[in-house]
Amino acid sequence: MRHLLSAADLDHTTAVHILDTAAEMAKTQSREIKKLPTLRGRTVVNLFFEDSTRTRISFEAAAKRLSADVINFSAKGSSVSKGESLKDTALTLQAMGADAVVVRHQASGAPHRLANAGWLEAAVLNAGDGTHQHPTQALLDSFTVRRHLRGTDVEPDGVGSDLAGLHVAIVGDVLHSRVARSNVDLLTTLGARVTLVAPPTLVPVGAETWPCEVSYHLDEVVDAGPDAVMMLRVQRERMGGGGGATSFFPSPLEYTRQYGLDARRLARLPEHAIVMHPGPMNRGLEISADAADSPRAVIVEQVANGVAVRMAVLYLLLAGEREKA
Amino acid sequence: MRHLLRGVAPLGGERTDVLLADGVIVAIGADASREAGSATVLDGDGLVALPGLVDLHTHLREPGREDAETVASGSRAAALGGYTAVHAMANTSPVADTAGVVEQVWRLGQDAGRVDVFPVGAVSVGLRGEQLAELGAMAQSAARVRVFSDDGMCVHDPVLMRRALEYVKAFDGVVAQHAQEPRLTQGAQMHEGIVSAELGLAGWPAVAEESIVARDVLLAQHVGSRVHVLHVSTAGSVEIVRWAKARGIAVTAEATPHHLSLTDERARGYDPLFKVNPPLRTAEDVEAVRAGLADGTIDVVGTDHAPHTREDKDCEWAAAAFGMTGLETALGIVSTTMVATGRLTWADVARVMSTTPARIGRVASGPHAHGRPLAVGEPANVTLVDPTARWTVDPSRHASTSRNSPYGGTELTGRVIATFLRGRPTVLDGALTEEEHA
Repeated sequence: MRHLLSAADLDHTTAVHILDTAAEMAKTQSREIKKLPTLRGRTVVNLFFEDSTRTRISFEAAAKRLSADVINFSAKGSSVSKGESLKDTALTLQAMGADAVVVRHQASGAPHRLANAGWLEAAVLNAGDGTHQHPTQALLDSFTVRRHLRGTDVEPDGVGSDLAGLHVAIVGDVLHSRVARSNVDLLTTLGARVTLVAPPTLVPVGAETWPCEVSYHLDEVVDAGPDAVMMLRVQRERMGGGGGATSFFPSPLEYTRQYGLDARRLARLPEHAIVMHPGPMNRGLEISADAADSPRAVIVEQVANGVAVRMAVLYLLLAGEREKA
Repeated sequence: MRHLLRGVAPLGGERTDVLLADGVIVAIGADASREAGSATVLDGDGLVALPGLVDLHTHLREPGREDAETVASGSRAAALGGYTAVHAMANTSPVADTAGVVEQVWRLGQDAGRVDVFPVGAVSVGLRGEQLAELGAMAQSAARVRVFSDDGMCVHDPVLMRRALEYVKAFDGVVAQHAQEPRLTQGAQMHEGIVSAELGLAGWPAVAEESIVARDVLLAQHVGSRVHVLHVSTAGSVEIVRWAKARGIAVTAEATPHHLSLTDERARGYDPLFKVNPPLRTAEDVEAVRAGLADGTIDVVGTDHAPHTREDKDCEWAAAAFGMTGLETALGIVSTTMVATGRLTWADVARVMSTTPARIGRVASGPHAHGRPLAVGEPANVTLVDPTARWTVDPSRHASTSRNSPYGGTELTGRVIATFLRGRPTVLDGALTEEEHA
């Protein structure tokens, strides 16, 4: 693995291998001394063109626990407009000797350009680009699903297994969601069946070719008994009420009625089903407090698993490949 | 200055000799060699002779963005592409919306001397789509503007479009529309479809073009004006134009080389060289545009040559400018996609790249006439093409100031060997002639 740009680039074997490696990493995180010497002397740059404290500190924790040197480079607002260009930033990082660049950018494809335009030799790890991809989010989601639904007494993390036969519903703003795109790719690669649930205005034209089903009715999907329900964050600016003609739905209230995960829908889910959310949540909009705080919600655990998955990816990008090369 | 073109095939027909002297074609056939005298002989064996190509759709960037292109550099690129005339779009800085600016562009073109540069006048003041520019003043200026366009922007207000269509009738002008419904394309980055859904790039739906094309042909019918549709990119637009022509509406339409050859699949690498407006569409759309050009629904090939500086393309997709260069590759693309595949003859190429664009732009008569037949007494605007030459596009060697061609490394069949503007060679042996015509 030279870069991690898209969940679609991961084949079944690689995906299972990353999840298994993450399970190894997770084990080390219950020790008293969490730090491993693996990436000592390597430099990881967190290049964030878009605010995301949660994702940044997750990557920072992952890199530090592997003993890498971490540089945080917040370039918010400087791209797309004419500030320092993406190219100049890349050349700067190249000159500083970055071994890996973790990039979050508001423009779809920016990590792809960093990896392929010839500006930079470092491994590029996509930490979310526009409305395109967020592969480590998909990996941590699959890790969480596998742990809960494929874990056994012997293998609590489900090591070695995939997600064949599981049904996952992804609910909300699919159109603008890199989380949804990444999860459709990875979950289906791992053998799960995926149903996207959204109002038609929030399903991209072209999604009819994706390897998943699309439903406009959350109630029907809930009654079909999914094994996991993944709620997506609804961005404020997409909402009705003052948004004018370009709003994607009439009002927050109508959205909650049609697509919110409330106590009533929660109760109708199968007993083993888990509730997920990539965070940050809009409580009362896409997810009610009843659902968010219920025992079947694994939202906080997703955050913890994020560190293990990112450790695994950094390890495989920096330790694995370089040794072979 | 006399040139004898020996053994060339006018419009790909029978081989013959053509003698150019004093700016006109003075003899064809046996007469030509007999009257040649001291003429420079060009061995044209096997070369196709076409009337000098005419582009209705070029961006020369001057005044304002001389870092991307100038009238002089764009004229050199045009000559190398086989053109003897280009229409320079109005979206310069300042905008070509006054007689002063269009006369400046016209004079810069005459000074450069490689091609005749016919300025296009803006439809609206500042391309803002709010108020008609002084179309009459531009028409009566030394530049004699007949083509009006806000290209880059759509004349989206239906009342303004109606007024423009009506008003230009007074001087036999034409409005060339960039069909793009602005509300449906806010923030749009590429064709809306399977690829955009995957790449997470905001979609530019086909309907945003087609709805404007449909509206404009109906408006043209209502007011009895002619309308020209720029860069038709979708199967639906082709269908609408075909329908309008069948109803006798005075609509003409343009296809670009890139919409004849490239699809939205090219966006997958996020390389902004493939970012263009209207965007690259699907394979079905490309096929429909080719079919439309072949059956005459689409009248002309226009390059939409849109040079951009490196910094405007060497960045992430969303930050990059729309557009690609085209003057130096257009003939090769048309030859490769349409002639080599048997869908157009060389006579058809002459029609869609010279005769018809000259007629639409109203530059087929007068002292700077283009798109005339290759016949005795006609202006010696001639392009010689080697129809079988295979060559590989190398943007670093282009005469354009800019390098944003999407065809780097592409092998094409059919190459421009020589271009004559009123009897003077601007290109010989595929290279610019030394002489700068001051």
